[in-house]
Amino acid sequence: MEIAYYPGCTLRTSAKNFESSSIAVADHLGITFKELSQWNCCGTVYSLASDDLMKHLAPVRVLIRAQEDNKENGLDNKLVTLCSMCYNTVKMANHLVKNDEEKLDTINQFMDEEPDYEADVNVLHFLQLLDEIGIDRIKENTKKSLEVLNLACYYGCYLLRPEEASIDEEPEAPSIMERIMEAAGARTIDYPFKNECCGSYLTVTEKKYTAERTYKIISSVVNRGADAIVLSCPLCAFNLDRRQKQAKELHANMKSIPIFYFPQLLGLAFGINSNELGFNMHYVDPRPLLKEKRLIKR
Amino acid sequence: MVDITLDQDKKDFIAEIEKLSGQKIMRCYQCGRCSAGCPLADYMDLLPNQVIKYVQLGLDKEVLECNTIWVCAACYRCSVVCPKDIDIARLMEALRLLILRDDIEKMDINKIKKEEYAELPQIALVASMRKYTS
Repeated sequence: MEIAYYPGCTLRTSAKNFESSSIAVADHLGITFKELSQWNCCGTVYSLASDDLMKHLAPVRVLIRAQEDNKENGLDNKLVTLCSMCYNTVKMANHLVKNDEEKLDTINQFMDEEPDYEADVNVLHFLQLLDEIGIDRIKENTKKSLEVLNLACYYGCYLLRPEEASIDEEPEAPSIMERIMEAAGARTIDYPFKNECCGSYLTVTEKKYTAERTYKIISSVVNRGADAIVLSCPLCAFNLDRRQKQAKELHANMKSIPIFYFPQLLGLAFGINSNELGFNMHYVDPRPLLKEKRLIKR
Repeated sequence: MVDITLDQDKKDFIAEIEKLSGQKIMRCYQCGRCSAGCPLADYMDLLPNQVIKYVQLGLDKEVLECNTIWVCAACYRCSVVCPKDIDIARLMEALRLLILRDDIEKMDINKIKKEEYAELPQIALVASMRKYTS
């Protein structure tokens, strides 16, 4: 099965391992990510102003590319994303124009160099695609069970809120990531911060705020016996991984734990070569834990 | 007798905010759930429910001086718990825009240290610029 795929900027820099591991996992399950023939930054945050359509042009342009590529390639009119921020921005812009003909029309007229957007693309997150393909397929493909790992699934905000963007039927008590990780054998813990903000982009101007959030989230999962956190957002990953440095400066007793993108661990379970999974790109090195749990050799 | 009617300029401010945010701010009855759930409330000088109260009272100068609107990271926690269906994240955005649209910028990219700049993911930089510059 082929599906149109929008990477977004960060997957080509600090989250290269998120992309390589996702593609490898998808491949393993018989899904080919077909990258859009052209793409631009989605703007990373969905505009919340009621009078400003300009900020929705970038995500709609991405949607037009998906629509046109899908027509050309004869694919179902779907678009898969990995980065939670891209997912949310593109999903919400899509929701806006699907439900507001006048705004869609204004945007189409403004972008007269592009084909009209028909508001018919279905935006999916990779987790939804995995869930759709089926837990059984993940189980069947699991060669090395993750049963030795106790994981805290971290959703953050943009996979769940606003409600229209939620990848889980229950945005306040999500379980989609747990279902998928458990299918690969992992144990998961429940904890109160899984759908709470990591401090997001404040990491640029107010490092301390994100360091304190990181401390709270990590202490909570460590107290509940987690070995690591799994997530899907490159900004959450940056804050929960890199900001452990500042969090430790503020709270010397904090225990460090590795932060994974969910496909990195699925890849291990499927027996994909760990070179493709990018365990060398982390601030808190996950390899000692993986070695201790006999999930990697060296 | 105390006169609690608002001056026209205060009414105009409220109307402008309601239009820009698309939210009915006067619905708020100060239950405080937004502030109770806010993950960054510790760093705010006005709690989210207080910001709403200030807007209801038309205190434009005072509310635009608070740091709350710049600490808010638009995580929508408040928006989903509001029993009166006010999307508070949109209220915060409207207040930010009132300032940013006057060509006042709230961040200076040149002040970020080179080594930090190199390490920050683009989504952090772009999101930050989207929220702090016009």
